Amino acid sequence: MALLKITSPHAHGPMSTARVMQLVMLATVPGVITLSYFFGLGVISNIIFACIVALLAESLVLILRKKPLQFYLGDCSALVTAILLGIAMPPGSPWWLIMVGVGFAILIAKHIYGGMGYNPFNPAMVGYVVLLISYPLEMTHWAAPLGSFEGSTPGLIDAFSALLFGHESVDAVTMATPLDLLKQNNSLLIDDLWLQNPQFGRWAGLGWEWANLAFLAGGLFLLSQRVFTWHAPISMLISLTIMSLFFYDNGSSASGGSPLFHLLSGATMFGAFFIVTDPVTSAVSNKGRIIYGASIGVLLYLIRSWGNYPDAIAFSVLLMNFAAPLLDYYTQPRTYGHQKKARNEGDGK
Amino acid sequence: MRKVWDIHGGIHPQQNKSQSNQHAIVSAGIPDQLIFPLSQHIGAPAAPIVEVGQRVLKGQTLAAAKGFVSVPVHASTSGEVIAIEQRVIPHPSGMTAPCIIVKPDGRDEWITLSGIGDFTTVEKSVLLKRIGDSGIAGMGGAGFPSAVKLSTRDDHNIETLIINGTECEPYITADDLLMRERADEIIEGSKILRHLINPAKEVLIGVEDNKPEAIAALQQAAEGSGIDIVPFPTKYPSGGEKQLIEILTGKEVPCGGLPADVGIVCQNIGTTVAIYRAVKFGEPLISRITTVTGYACKEQRNFEVLLGSPVSFLLDQCGFSQEDCTRLIMGGPMMGFTLENSDVPVVKTTNCLLAPTREEFPPPPPAQACIRCGMCAEACPVSLLPQQLYWFARGKEYEKLEAHNLMDCIECGACSFSCPSNIPLVQYYRASKADIRQQKQDNIKSDQSKLRFEARQQRLEREAIEKEAKRKARREKAHAASNDGSGKVDAVQAAIERARAKKEGQLSDPAQAAIEKAMARRSGTEATAPRDKASLEQAVASAEKRLASASEKLASAEQEGADTAAAFRVAVDKMTAKLEQAKTALTGFVEAPVTNTDSDPAQAAIARAMANRQTQENLSEGDKLEQTIASLEKRLLKARDKLTTAEAAGDDNASIMADAVTKLEGKLADANNQRANKA
Repeated sequence: MALLKITSPHAHGPMSTARVMQLVMLATVPGVITLSYFFGLGVISNIIFACIVALLAESLVLILRKKPLQFYLGDCSALVTAILLGIAMPPGSPWWLIMVGVGFAILIAKHIYGGMGYNPFNPAMVGYVVLLISYPLEMTHWAAPLGSFEGSTPGLIDAFSALLFGHESVDAVTMATPLDLLKQNNSLLIDDLWLQNPQFGRWAGLGWEWANLAFLAGGLFLLSQRVFTWHAPISMLISLTIMSLFFYDNGSSASGGSPLFHLLSGATMFGAFFIVTDPVTSAVSNKGRIIYGASIGVLLYLIRSWGNYPDAIAFSVLLMNFAAPLLDYYTQPRTYGHQKKARNEGDGK
Repeated sequence: MRKVWDIHGGIHPQQNKSQSNQHAIVSAGIPDQLIFPLSQHIGAPAAPIVEVGQRVLKGQTLAAAKGFVSVPVHASTSGEVIAIEQRVIPHPSGMTAPCIIVKPDGRDEWITLSGIGDFTTVEKSVLLKRIGDSGIAGMGGAGFPSAVKLSTRDDHNIETLIINGTECEPYITADDLLMRERADEIIEGSKILRHLINPAKEVLIGVEDNKPEAIAALQQAAEGSGIDIVPFPTKYPSGGEKQLIEILTGKEVPCGGLPADVGIVCQNIGTTVAIYRAVKFGEPLISRITTVTGYACKEQRNFEVLLGSPVSFLLDQCGFSQEDCTRLIMGGPMMGFTLENSDVPVVKTTNCLLAPTREEFPPPPPAQACIRCGMCAEACPVSLLPQQLYWFARGKEYEKLEAHNLMDCIECGACSFSCPSNIPLVQYYRASKADIRQQKQDNIKSDQSKLRFEARQQRLEREAIEKEAKRKARREKAHAASNDGSGKVDAVQAAIERARAKKEGQLSDPAQAAIEKAMARRSGTEATAPRDKASLEQAVASAEKRLASASEKLASAEQEGADTAAAFRVAVDKMTAKLEQAKTALTGFVEAPVTNTDSDPAQAAIARAMANRQTQENLSEGDKLEQTIASLEKRLLKARDKLTTAEAAGDDNASIMADAVTKLEGKLADANNQRANKA
């Protein structure tokens, strides 16, 4: 009788890592569509080329590490990294910029540390920061949103020619983002600033506010699918709201912008639900995740308002990646039957 | 409706209970052979009290409880004991253990049973003894002796009795059917339990809300009894004792404690029925309800099965298809273990036999990397961080594992179930727990041997110091004696000499060594005496030489008529005088080499040692033998004396001494024989 000898449990739930990754990819769809609508199809060309580079880089490493290609490519983690980085980069980025960013993310930030599950830093954000520091001009070259100028956003042909030959080849309209404008403002009241600059849109920037809402929808979908818990993203949004309320200053010329402005501009929602929730690099306990998310919100606001960069999701997340192991150490949940958390007894520390 | 609490985590696996709970319980009948493992419970295995070839009746005790935490084993039908041997028992490891094999005779003859009519009039201790003697152990899975669990300490004020009808594992419906069909017996059993752990304020029967028929049946049976039926939302693993306690009372059993510490006693549904039958009718535990399910069985249902029936006996009645079945599980899909073959018996804790097809439970896919998604932590009913435990387990960081409360893991499998990377988390925890236990035992062992070693070192050091002190004292005493010049050389001195000689290992002959030593000593003490003969002779020789050369020089000087001749003559005269002196000394030494032999202790020692050796050498073999016999007789006498005193005092060493006496007697006999031979 040849029976399997397997330890319990014998039943397994429906969730798989590949499915988690696929759900994340699926959840980016509304955001990507909205971005494409307002900023042109450069978003799509970014994502497609990033995915190609990511799959090639991942395959290269897997071959070098003598691992089965299909099994490891099948977990879709490289694609998620590529898509997130593709979304974060300015639409219609040239091929070499994407290659450097994605290549760095996959080869250095992910595989040098041991591959999926072992990387201490969010690969997409490492790639983004490398690009931002190395190629500040290209990385701040944001297309103007639809409605802020006469004409249409770049189409498919424009997008791919920008990909292949760079921005110079395309007659694209670019414009400072609302976060840039607010940062540079030092004389106008918030209301006047809004009146003078059409790209501020209704609340937080033409196009930006809708893209943020779309990413929020995607995030809520993931939350409903229990891909991650609410702790990190919600605490990040709350701490960002509190920070911006504190420094709103009633919309004076020194105002840091309204809470609504901060929640719906830049990469806030994208960051909250697609970057902060990266499980590998964040804290593990729910309490730890609350601290982790809230700290990112605070850092985000600090860098946005007083740092050198208009947006700061990547920096805040990477800084808190550093802190995640420390948070894990101090935020063990109370185990059933224990009076207090039994943290580190017998640890000798 | 009663308030219920929620536990942390938990999962909702597919129920799969409807396959088996559609049919009423049927009796499985009597198999060809019954196998009774001596250990079907937690605690010491029972000890057989029957012999091979003996006829036994249904309900007769086959093996008696051994110790407090143990229960007896009873025959589940009448027949003949055909063997008491090692058989494969239902255990995750597939190990063998002693079993009593009974061949049923088909007559199913009972022993005479005597029930207790009104349990309220009987002493608690009598009831507890009845429950223990009936072989009842927890039938939910762990198999802890029920009587022990019910013997609560006086300082535990039990307020709540909980009957566990949760049955949260998928597929299993044994308790469900029991509650539907025998609700009255459960309620009666609960009353007995309530009486036993008086003053229980409340009796709660917790049932998951996926068993509406069971709840209805219980509620009907419980009417007017004061027993609460508490339905609560279905969630795995609500049926864990600690989890159920939290759900029904909101209390947590402290880590390392018992439910009794928070005033609660918990019993399983099946156990409650068994206790009822044992008290009411005197029936020992000889059968139980077992679910046979899984799509490799055509018919999936519950059986009332005689304990000891082979698993194959049940499977055969269900149209079990060998080809479709990939693994055979005893217990549920979450915590059950796989069986290597179907010859193992159904035991007191066998609530389910699960024979799934490959489609139902496909072989697990290879594990992927942990992405720390935390789904395991969300599922953990005791609020552990399984993903962290996993890292520590892989790194064998046992201290961190313990700091993260690995030992509180109940191995429910919720984390493994929900892991998207298919990591067999529970397996890691089991292995680590075993490693930690092993390490702790090893630590205790090594600590003990370290203590032993240190104690030995101390003892040796102490002995060495004492020895040295004694030696020093002896030496000083001897020294004082010899310096006195009183003349008497004691045995101590000689012994010291001998010991020193031995220690230095320079000479094999102790007597010779003693002589050498004594001589050396003498030359040391004779510092004031004349130099030895050799040096005296040398002095004479050199004086003669110098005299000769001086005389030569004098002769040549006189020939030349030098002025120095006079000086040379004086020198020659001096030389002659010196030579004369040396010669006198030499003759004096040779003529009287030693003075006062008696007063020189060293000399005496030499003489004695020499004499001793001489006597030893001169002793004939016969004399030696006589001496040996004499000494042996002396030793034997002494040993006998010691033995009598030891025996009188009841000393443990008496036996050792007796041995020694026998040995001495043997030796003496040998020596006597030798003498007789010689003669």
